[in-house]
Amino acid sequence: MARSSASSSARPGSGGLGAAVPRAYLDYAGFSPVDPRVVAVMRPFLEGGVGNPGAPHSLGLEARASLDGARAKVARLVGASPAGVIFTASATEANNLAIRGVAQRAAGRHVVTTAIEHISVLNSCRDLEKRGFGVTYVGVDADGVVDPQAVARATREDTALVSVMAANGEIGTLEPLREIGRLTRERGVPFHVDGVGAAGRVALAVDEAHVDLLTLSSNDLYGPPGAGALWVRPDVKLAPVILGGGQERGYRSGTENLPAIVGMGVAAELARIEGAAEVARLRELRDRLLAGVLERLPEARLTGARGAMRLPHHASIVVPGVKADAVLLELDLRGIAASSGSACNAKTGEPSHVLRAIGCDRESLEGSLCFTLGRWTTAGEIDLVIETLPGVVARLRSLAPR
Amino acid sequence: MPPVADRKIDCVGLFCPVPIIKTVEALAELSPGRILEMTSDDPASLADMKSWSARTGHELLEIDKHGAVFRFVVRKTG
Repeated sequence: MARSSASSSARPGSGGLGAAVPRAYLDYAGFSPVDPRVVAVMRPFLEGGVGNPGAPHSLGLEARASLDGARAKVARLVGASPAGVIFTASATEANNLAIRGVAQRAAGRHVVTTAIEHISVLNSCRDLEKRGFGVTYVGVDADGVVDPQAVARATREDTALVSVMAANGEIGTLEPLREIGRLTRERGVPFHVDGVGAAGRVALAVDEAHVDLLTLSSNDLYGPPGAGALWVRPDVKLAPVILGGGQERGYRSGTENLPAIVGMGVAAELARIEGAAEVARLRELRDRLLAGVLERLPEARLTGARGAMRLPHHASIVVPGVKADAVLLELDLRGIAASSGSACNAKTGEPSHVLRAIGCDRESLEGSLCFTLGRWTTAGEIDLVIETLPGVVARLRSLAPR
Repeated sequence: MPPVADRKIDCVGLFCPVPIIKTVEALAELSPGRILEMTSDDPASLADMKSWSARTGHELLEIDKHGAVFRFVVRKTG
Protein backbone atom coordinates (compact mmCIF):
# COMPACT_ATOMS: atom_id res chain seq x y z
CA MET A 1 0.00 0.00 0.00
CA ALA A 2 1.17 3.49 -0.74
CA ARG A 3 0.52 4.58 2.78
CA SER A 4 2.68 2.07 4.58
CA SER A 5 5.50 2.15 2.07
CA ALA A 6 5.64 5.83 1.43
CA SER A 7 4.17 8.07 4.06
CA SER A 8 6.04 6.32 6.84
CA SER A 9 9.34 7.52 5.39
CA ALA A 10 10.54 11.08 5.04
CA ARG A 11 10.22 12.90 1.75
CA PRO A 12 13.15 11.79 -0.42
CA GLY A 13 16.09 14.09 -0.78
CA SER A 14 15.24 16.18 2.27
CA GLY A 15 18.78 17.34 2.81
CA GLY A 16 21.93 17.39 0.79
CA LEU A 17 22.40 20.23 -1.61
CA GLY A 18 22.32 23.13 0.77
CA ALA A 19 19.02 24.70 -0.25
CA ALA A 20 16.68 25.16 2.69
CA VAL A 21 14.40 22.16 3.04
CA PRO A 22 10.82 23.37 3.16
CA ARG A 23 8.74 22.31 6.12
CA ALA A 24 5.83 21.82 3.77
CA TYR A 25 6.34 20.91 0.11
CA LEU A 26 3.12 21.45 -1.83
CA ASP A 27 4.35 21.93 -5.38
CA TYR A 28 4.25 18.34 -6.65
CA ALA A 29 2.86 19.56 -9.98
CA GLY A 30 5.97 21.68 -10.40
CA PHE A 31 8.33 18.90 -9.47
CA SER A 32 7.79 15.58 -7.77
CA PRO A 33 10.57 13.98 -5.77
CA VAL A 34 11.58 10.74 -7.48
CA ASP A 35 10.44 7.66 -5.54
CA PRO A 36 13.47 5.99 -3.90
CA ARG A 37 12.28 2.64 -5.28
CA VAL A 38 12.52 4.16 -8.77
CA VAL A 39 16.00 5.51 -8.06
CA ALA A 40 17.12 2.07 -6.87
CA VAL A 41 16.07 0.46 -10.15
CA MET A 42 17.67 3.25 -12.22
CA ARG A 43 21.05 3.12 -10.50
CA PRO A 44 22.59 0.13 -12.34
CA PHE A 45 21.53 1.68 -15.67
CA LEU A 46 23.58 4.76 -14.82
CA GLU A 47 26.57 2.98 -13.34
CA GLY A 48 26.79 -0.16 -15.51
CA GLY A 49 27.19 -0.77 -19.24
CA VAL A 50 23.53 -1.41 -20.03
CA GLY A 51 22.81 1.88 -21.68
CA ASN A 52 22.24 1.79 -25.41
CA PRO A 53 19.41 -0.38 -26.76
CA GLY A 54 20.99 -0.08 -30.21
CA ALA A 55 24.38 -1.44 -29.13
CA PRO A 56 25.56 -4.53 -31.11
CA HIS A 57 26.58 -6.58 -28.08
CA SER A 58 24.85 -8.49 -25.33
CA LEU A 59 24.56 -5.40 -23.14
CA GLY A 60 22.59 -3.84 -25.99
CA LEU A 61 20.18 -6.77 -25.97
CA GLU A 62 19.69 -6.33 -22.26
CA ALA A 63 19.10 -2.64 -22.78
CA ARG A 64 16.55 -3.41 -25.50
CA ALA A 65 14.71 -5.77 -23.15
CA SER A 66 14.68 -3.15 -20.39
CA LEU A 67 13.39 -0.52 -22.82
CA ASP A 68 10.57 -2.79 -23.94
CA GLY A 69 9.78 -3.65 -20.33
CA ALA A 70 9.36 0.04 -19.57
CA ARG A 71 7.20 0.42 -22.69
CA ALA A 72 4.88 -2.33 -21.47
CA LYS A 73 4.59 -0.82 -17.99
CA VAL A 74 3.80 2.67 -19.29
CA ALA A 75 1.22 1.23 -21.71
CA ARG A 76 -0.44 -0.85 -18.99
CA LEU A 77 -1.08 2.23 -16.83
CA VAL A 78 -3.43 3.63 -19.48
CA GLY A 79 -4.76 0.37 -20.96
CA ALA A 80 -2.82 0.87 -24.19
CA SER A 81 -0.79 -1.27 -26.56
CA PRO A 82 2.96 -1.22 -25.76
CA ALA A 83 3.91 -0.90 -29.43
CA GLY A 84 2.25 2.53 -29.57
CA VAL A 85 4.49 4.06 -26.88
CA ILE A 86 7.07 6.54 -28.17
CA PHE A 87 9.48 7.68 -25.47
CA THR A 88 10.46 11.35 -25.54
CA ALA A 89 12.53 13.59 -23.28
CA SER A 90 9.51 15.35 -21.80
CA ALA A 91 5.76 15.72 -21.93
CA THR A 92 6.34 19.02 -23.73
CA GLU A 93 8.14 17.13 -26.49
CA ALA A 94 5.33 14.58 -26.62
CA ASN A 95 2.76 17.36 -27.04
CA ASN A 96 4.86 18.89 -29.83
CA LEU A 97 5.15 15.52 -31.55
CA ALA A 98 1.41 14.87 -31.28
CA ILE A 99 0.27 18.21 -32.67
CA ARG A 100 2.99 19.04 -35.18
CA GLY A 101 3.47 15.39 -36.13
CA VAL A 102 -0.20 14.77 -36.91
CA ALA A 103 -0.64 18.13 -38.65
CA GLN A 104 2.29 17.43 -40.96
CA ARG A 105 0.77 14.20 -42.27
CA ALA A 106 -2.86 15.30 -42.35
CA ALA A 107 -4.77 16.46 -45.42
CA GLY A 108 -6.81 18.91 -43.32
CA ARG A 109 -5.50 22.29 -42.27
CA HIS A 110 -7.49 22.89 -39.08
CA VAL A 111 -6.97 21.98 -35.42
CA VAL A 112 -9.33 22.25 -32.45
CA THR A 113 -8.01 22.76 -28.93
CA THR A 114 -9.08 24.64 -25.80
CA ALA A 115 -8.24 28.01 -24.32
CA ILE A 116 -6.73 26.49 -21.15
CA GLU A 117 -4.17 24.03 -22.53
CA HIS A 118 -0.59 23.76 -21.38
CA ILE A 119 1.78 26.23 -23.06
CA SER A 120 3.42 23.39 -25.03
CA VAL A 121 0.09 22.65 -26.72
CA LEU A 122 -0.79 26.32 -27.23
CA ASN A 123 2.57 27.22 -28.74
CA SER A 124 2.53 24.15 -31.00
CA CYS A 125 -0.85 25.39 -32.24
CA ARG A 126 0.51 28.93 -32.72
CA ASP A 127 3.27 27.41 -34.79
CA LEU A 128 0.64 25.73 -36.98
CA GLU A 129 -1.16 29.06 -37.36
CA LYS A 130 2.07 30.54 -38.70
CA ARG A 131 2.15 27.76 -41.25
CA GLY A 132 -1.33 28.60 -42.47
CA PHE A 133 -3.44 26.27 -40.33
CA GLY A 134 -6.66 27.42 -38.77
CA VAL A 135 -6.86 26.78 -35.04
CA THR A 136 -10.07 26.99 -32.99
CA TYR A 137 -9.52 27.59 -29.27
CA VAL A 138 -12.72 26.37 -27.61
CA GLY A 139 -13.65 28.28 -24.45
CA VAL A 140 -14.54 26.81 -21.06
CA ASP A 141 -17.16 27.52 -18.42
CA ALA A 142 -16.50 29.24 -15.07
CA ASP A 143 -15.20 25.95 -13.60
CA GLY A 144 -12.85 25.42 -16.54
CA VAL A 145 -14.91 22.61 -18.06
CA VAL A 146 -14.95 22.22 -21.83
CA ASP A 147 -18.36 21.55 -23.37
CA PRO A 148 -18.02 18.43 -25.57
CA GLN A 149 -20.71 19.77 -27.89
CA ALA A 150 -18.70 22.97 -28.37
CA VAL A 151 -15.70 20.86 -29.36
CA ALA A 152 -17.89 18.92 -31.78
CA ARG A 153 -19.29 22.13 -33.26
CA ALA A 154 -15.76 23.47 -33.77
CA THR A 155 -14.69 20.47 -35.85
CA ARG A 156 -14.88 20.90 -39.63
CA GLU A 157 -14.46 18.78 -42.73
CA ASP A 158 -10.77 19.64 -42.75
CA THR A 159 -10.05 19.22 -39.02
CA ALA A 160 -6.82 17.26 -38.63
CA LEU A 161 -6.77 16.92 -34.85
CA VAL A 162 -8.65 17.67 -31.65
CA SER A 163 -6.40 18.21 -28.60
CA VAL A 164 -7.86 18.51 -25.09
CA MET A 165 -6.07 18.14 -21.78
CA ALA A 166 -7.22 15.53 -19.26
CA ALA A 167 -6.70 17.89 -16.34
CA ASN A 168 -5.75 21.52 -15.96
CA GLY A 169 -2.66 22.01 -13.82
CA GLU A 170 -3.59 25.48 -12.67
CA ILE A 171 -7.19 24.98 -11.54
CA GLY A 172 -7.36 21.18 -11.19
CA THR A 173 -10.40 20.71 -13.43
CA LEU A 174 -10.86 17.35 -15.16
CA GLU A 175 -12.26 17.47 -18.69
CA PRO A 176 -15.07 15.21 -19.97
CA LEU A 177 -12.74 13.18 -22.19
CA ARG A 178 -15.02 10.24 -22.76
CA GLU A 179 -17.77 12.39 -24.25
CA ILE A 180 -15.34 14.46 -26.32
CA GLY A 181 -13.68 11.26 -27.52
CA ARG A 182 -16.99 9.76 -28.52
CA LEU A 183 -17.87 12.83 -30.60
CA THR A 184 -14.47 13.11 -32.26
CA ARG A 185 -14.49 9.38 -33.05
CA GLU A 186 -17.93 9.80 -34.70
CA ARG A 187 -16.44 12.50 -36.87
CA GLY A 188 -13.33 10.51 -37.67
CA VAL A 189 -10.99 13.13 -36.22
CA PRO A 190 -7.92 11.95 -34.24
CA PHE A 191 -8.18 12.86 -30.55
CA HIS A 192 -5.05 13.88 -28.63
CA VAL A 193 -5.09 14.11 -24.83
CA ASP A 194 -2.42 15.72 -22.68
CA GLY A 195 -2.64 13.31 -19.76
CA VAL A 196 -0.14 15.06 -17.47
CA GLY A 197 -1.59 15.49 -13.99
CA ALA A 198 -4.36 12.97 -14.53
CA ALA A 199 -2.47 9.76 -15.35
CA GLY A 200 -2.06 7.60 -12.28
CA ARG A 201 -4.58 9.68 -10.35
CA VAL A 202 -7.87 9.30 -12.21
CA ALA A 203 -9.14 6.64 -14.59
CA LEU A 204 -7.52 7.27 -17.95
CA ALA A 205 -7.92 4.32 -20.31
CA VAL A 206 -7.32 5.12 -23.96
CA ASP A 207 -10.05 2.85 -25.33
CA GLU A 208 -12.77 3.97 -22.93
CA ALA A 209 -12.17 7.64 -23.75
CA HIS A 210 -11.58 6.99 -27.48
CA VAL A 211 -8.14 8.58 -27.21
CA ASP A 212 -5.87 8.30 -30.26
CA LEU A 213 -2.76 10.04 -28.88
CA LEU A 214 -1.86 10.42 -25.20
CA THR A 215 0.91 12.48 -23.61
CA LEU A 216 2.49 11.26 -20.36
CA SER A 217 5.17 12.67 -18.06
CA SER A 218 7.62 10.61 -16.02
CA ASN A 219 8.14 13.07 -13.19
CA ASP A 220 4.40 13.50 -12.77
CA LEU A 221 4.36 9.80 -11.74
CA TYR A 222 7.32 10.24 -9.30
CA GLY A 223 9.70 9.10 -12.01
CA PRO A 224 12.84 10.98 -13.03
CA PRO A 225 12.68 14.17 -15.08
CA GLY A 226 14.03 13.79 -18.60
CA ALA A 227 11.47 11.25 -19.80
CA GLY A 228 8.01 11.50 -21.25
CA ALA A 229 5.95 9.48 -23.66
CA LEU A 230 3.45 9.82 -26.45
CA TRP A 231 1.19 6.85 -26.99
CA VAL A 232 -0.19 6.69 -30.52
CA ARG A 233 -2.96 4.42 -31.80
CA PRO A 234 -1.64 2.26 -34.66
CA ASP A 235 -3.80 3.79 -37.41
CA VAL A 236 -2.83 7.40 -36.67
CA LYS A 237 -0.55 8.99 -39.27
CA LEU A 238 2.36 10.77 -37.63
CA ALA A 239 5.56 12.48 -38.79
CA PRO A 240 8.62 12.76 -36.54
CA VAL A 241 9.75 16.10 -35.14
CA ILE A 242 13.29 14.99 -34.23
CA LEU A 243 15.25 13.30 -37.00
CA GLY A 244 18.29 11.08 -36.77
CA GLY A 245 19.08 7.42 -36.33
CA GLY A 246 15.51 6.19 -36.38
CA GLN A 247 15.06 5.19 -32.75
CA GLU A 248 11.51 4.74 -31.42
CA ARG A 249 10.33 3.38 -34.79
CA GLY A 250 11.67 6.50 -36.47
CA TYR A 251 9.25 8.79 -34.68
CA ARG A 252 11.78 10.07 -32.17
CA SER A 253 15.43 9.73 -33.03
CA GLY A 254 18.25 9.96 -30.52
CA THR A 255 19.69 7.24 -28.30
CA GLU A 256 17.04 6.46 -25.72
CA ASN A 257 17.60 7.89 -22.23
CA LEU A 258 17.43 4.41 -20.80
CA PRO A 259 17.95 5.19 -17.09
CA ALA A 260 15.15 7.74 -17.16
CA ILE A 261 12.89 5.55 -19.30
CA VAL A 262 13.39 2.53 -17.03
CA GLY A 263 12.61 4.82 -14.11
CA MET A 264 9.45 6.03 -15.83
CA GLY A 265 8.40 2.41 -16.33
CA VAL A 266 8.80 1.60 -12.64
CA ALA A 267 7.02 4.81 -11.70
CA ALA A 268 4.10 3.92 -13.99
CA GLU A 269 3.88 0.44 -12.47
CA LEU A 270 3.86 1.87 -8.92
CA ALA A 271 1.17 4.35 -9.93
CA ARG A 272 -0.96 1.55 -11.37
CA ILE A 273 -0.63 -0.60 -8.24
CA GLU A 274 -0.70 2.06 -5.54
CA GLY A 275 -2.57 4.88 -7.25
CA ALA A 276 -6.03 4.23 -5.83
CA ALA A 277 -4.88 4.07 -2.21
CA GLU A 278 -2.67 7.11 -2.64
CA VAL A 279 -5.43 9.11 -4.27
CA ALA A 280 -7.83 8.32 -1.42
CA ARG A 281 -5.25 9.53 1.10
CA LEU A 282 -4.44 12.70 -0.85
CA ARG A 283 -8.08 13.53 -1.47
CA GLU A 284 -8.70 13.48 2.27
CA LEU A 285 -5.69 15.72 2.95
CA ARG A 286 -6.65 18.05 0.10
CA ASP A 287 -10.21 18.38 1.44
CA ARG A 288 -8.80 19.12 4.88
CA LEU A 289 -6.57 21.83 3.39
CA LEU A 290 -9.42 23.46 1.49
CA ALA A 291 -11.86 23.28 4.39
CA GLY A 292 -9.32 24.73 6.81
CA VAL A 293 -8.20 27.55 4.52
CA LEU A 294 -11.68 28.54 3.37
CA GLU A 295 -12.95 28.55 6.96
CA ARG A 296 -10.21 30.94 8.08
CA LEU A 297 -10.29 33.03 4.89
CA PRO A 298 -14.01 33.23 4.05
CA GLU A 299 -13.37 35.68 1.21
CA ALA A 300 -11.04 33.21 -0.55
CA ARG A 301 -12.53 31.27 -3.42
CA LEU A 302 -11.76 27.89 -4.90
CA THR A 303 -10.91 28.01 -8.60
CA GLY A 304 -11.83 25.16 -10.91
CA ALA A 305 -14.29 22.32 -10.49
CA ARG A 306 -15.25 20.48 -7.33
CA GLY A 307 -15.76 16.86 -6.35
CA ALA A 308 -15.30 14.18 -8.95
CA MET A 309 -14.53 16.70 -11.69
CA ARG A 310 -11.35 17.81 -9.91
CA LEU A 311 -7.84 16.35 -9.58
CA PRO A 312 -7.76 14.70 -6.13
CA HIS A 313 -4.37 16.12 -5.10
CA HIS A 314 -4.99 19.67 -6.25
CA ALA A 315 -6.20 22.76 -4.40
CA SER A 316 -6.23 26.20 -6.00
CA ILE A 317 -7.67 29.39 -4.56
CA VAL A 318 -7.76 33.09 -5.24
CA VAL A 319 -7.63 35.50 -2.32
CA PRO A 320 -9.10 38.87 -3.29
CA GLY A 321 -6.94 41.84 -2.46
CA VAL A 322 -3.56 40.14 -2.28
CA LYS A 323 -1.15 39.22 -5.03
CA ALA A 324 -0.46 35.51 -5.31
CA ASP A 325 3.24 36.18 -5.94
CA ALA A 326 3.54 38.09 -2.66
CA VAL A 327 1.73 35.33 -0.77
CA LEU A 328 4.01 32.69 -2.27
CA LEU A 329 7.09 34.65 -1.24
CA GLU A 330 5.81 35.05 2.32
CA LEU A 331 4.89 31.36 2.50
CA ASP A 332 8.36 30.46 1.25
CA LEU A 333 9.93 32.52 4.04
CA ARG A 334 7.86 30.43 6.47
CA GLY A 335 8.97 27.13 4.97
CA ILE A 336 6.02 26.43 2.68
CA ALA A 337 6.67 25.74 -1.01
CA ALA A 338 3.63 26.26 -3.24
CA SER A 339 3.08 27.81 -6.67
CA SER A 340 0.78 29.87 -8.84
CA GLY A 341 0.26 26.85 -11.09
CA SER A 342 1.69 28.55 -14.14
CA ALA A 343 5.39 28.87 -14.84
CA CYS A 344 4.81 30.93 -17.98
CA ASN A 345 2.99 33.72 -16.24
CA ALA A 346 5.46 33.77 -13.37
CA LYS A 347 8.07 34.94 -15.88
CA THR A 348 6.11 37.67 -17.61
CA GLY A 349 3.75 38.77 -14.86
CA GLU A 350 0.95 38.52 -17.42
CA PRO A 351 -2.46 37.45 -16.12
CA SER A 352 -2.88 33.72 -16.51
CA HIS A 353 -4.60 32.58 -19.71
CA VAL A 354 -6.44 29.97 -17.65
CA LEU A 355 -7.86 32.44 -15.13
CA ARG A 356 -8.87 34.74 -17.97
CA ALA A 357 -10.57 31.85 -19.75
CA ILE A 358 -12.69 30.96 -16.70
CA GLY A 359 -13.80 34.57 -16.56
CA CYS A 360 -11.99 35.86 -13.47
CA ASP A 361 -11.10 39.36 -14.57
CA ARG A 362 -10.20 40.81 -11.22
CA GLU A 363 -8.75 37.64 -9.72
CA SER A 364 -6.63 37.00 -12.76
CA LEU A 365 -4.62 40.08 -11.87
CA GLU A 366 -4.05 38.80 -8.34
CA GLY A 367 -3.20 35.28 -9.49
CA SER A 368 -4.14 32.03 -7.85
CA LEU A 369 -2.44 29.96 -5.18
CA CYS A 370 -1.93 26.37 -6.19
CA PHE A 371 -1.20 23.64 -3.65
CA THR A 372 -0.46 20.22 -5.12
CA LEU A 373 -0.07 17.27 -2.78
CA GLY A 374 1.87 14.09 -3.36
CA ARG A 375 3.17 10.77 -2.13
CA TRP A 376 5.02 12.19 0.89
CA THR A 377 2.56 14.88 1.93
CA THR A 378 1.66 14.63 5.61
CA ALA A 379 -1.21 15.98 7.70
CA GLY A 380 1.37 18.10 9.52
CA GLU A 381 2.28 19.89 6.28
CA ILE A 382 -1.39 20.58 5.56
CA ASP A 383 -1.95 21.94 9.07
CA LEU A 384 1.08 24.20 8.72
CA VAL A 385 -0.50 25.82 5.65
CA ILE A 386 -3.85 26.20 7.40
CA GLU A 387 -2.15 27.86 10.37
CA THR A 388 0.19 30.06 8.33
CA LEU A 389 -1.81 31.33 5.37
CA PRO A 390 -4.35 33.56 7.18
CA GLY A 391 -1.55 35.45 8.98
CA VAL A 392 0.32 35.95 5.72
CA VAL A 393 -2.77 37.34 4.02
CA ALA A 394 -3.51 39.65 6.95
CA ARG A 395 0.08 40.91 6.95
CA LEU A 396 0.07 41.63 3.22
CA ARG A 397 -3.25 43.47 3.52
CA SER A 398 -1.89 45.61 6.34
CA LEU A 399 1.17 46.47 4.25
CA ALA A 400 -0.79 47.45 1.16
CA PRO A 401 -4.24 48.67 2.14
CA ARG A 402 -6.56 49.23 -0.78
CA MET B 1 8.05 61.74 -38.29
CA PRO B 2 7.82 58.09 -37.36
CA PRO B 3 9.58 57.23 -34.10
CA VAL B 4 13.17 56.08 -34.49
CA ALA B 5 14.08 53.02 -32.45
CA ASP B 6 17.03 53.28 -30.09
CA ARG B 7 17.25 49.54 -30.02
CA LYS B 8 15.80 46.71 -32.08
CA ILE B 9 15.28 43.11 -31.02
CA ASP B 10 14.30 40.21 -33.24
CA CYS B 11 11.94 37.64 -31.74
CA VAL B 12 10.87 36.01 -35.00
CA GLY B 13 10.54 32.27 -34.54
CA LEU B 14 10.03 32.53 -30.78
CA PHE B 15 6.78 31.98 -28.91
CA CYS B 16 5.05 33.38 -25.84
CA PRO B 17 6.33 34.13 -23.26
CA VAL B 18 9.79 34.64 -24.77
CA PRO B 19 9.07 37.78 -26.88
CA ILE B 20 7.68 39.58 -23.81
CA ILE B 21 10.54 38.45 -21.59
CA LYS B 22 13.04 39.72 -24.16
CA THR B 23 11.13 42.99 -24.47
CA VAL B 24 11.24 43.47 -20.70
CA GLU B 25 14.96 42.65 -20.62
CA ALA B 26 15.75 45.03 -23.46
CA LEU B 27 13.70 47.86 -21.95
CA ALA B 28 15.53 47.44 -18.64
CA GLU B 29 18.72 48.52 -20.39
CA LEU B 30 17.15 51.64 -21.89
CA SER B 31 16.44 54.87 -20.07
CA PRO B 32 12.89 56.28 -19.85
CA GLY B 33 11.71 57.88 -23.09
CA ARG B 34 13.87 55.62 -25.22
CA ILE B 35 12.28 53.55 -27.95
CA LEU B 36 12.47 49.83 -28.56
CA GLU B 37 11.39 47.97 -31.67
CA MET B 38 10.49 44.31 -31.34
CA THR B 39 9.57 42.01 -34.20
CA SER B 40 7.69 38.75 -33.67
CA ASP B 41 5.76 36.27 -35.79
CA ASP B 42 3.99 34.57 -32.88
CA PRO B 43 0.27 35.01 -33.68
CA ALA B 44 -0.35 35.53 -29.96
CA SER B 45 2.08 38.41 -29.65
CA LEU B 46 -0.44 41.03 -30.78
CA ALA B 47 -2.81 40.38 -27.88
CA ASP B 48 0.08 39.75 -25.51
CA MET B 49 1.87 43.02 -26.29
CA LYS B 50 -1.35 45.03 -26.03
CA SER B 51 -2.20 43.62 -22.61
CA TRP B 52 1.41 43.92 -21.47
CA SER B 53 1.50 47.57 -22.49
CA ALA B 54 -1.83 48.29 -20.80
CA ARG B 55 -0.62 46.63 -17.62
CA THR B 56 2.89 48.08 -17.44
CA GLY B 57 2.21 51.53 -18.87
CA HIS B 58 4.97 51.30 -21.47
CA GLU B 59 3.61 53.08 -24.51
CA LEU B 60 2.92 51.09 -27.67
CA LEU B 61 3.62 53.72 -30.33
CA GLU B 62 3.18 51.62 -33.42
CA ILE B 63 2.02 48.18 -34.41
CA ASP B 64 2.22 47.00 -37.97
CA LYS B 65 2.45 43.74 -39.80
CA HIS B 66 4.55 42.79 -42.79
CA GLY B 67 3.51 39.37 -44.01
CA ALA B 68 3.44 37.25 -40.90
CA VAL B 69 5.78 39.46 -38.88
CA PHE B 70 4.46 41.97 -36.38
CA ARG B 71 6.53 45.05 -35.58
CA PHE B 72 5.96 46.69 -32.21
CA VAL B 73 7.43 50.07 -31.32
CA VAL B 74 7.47 50.72 -27.58
CA ARG B 75 8.44 53.83 -25.64
CA LYS B 76 9.75 53.16 -22.16
CA THR B 77 7.92 55.13 -19.49
CA GLY B 78 9.52 56.32 -16.26
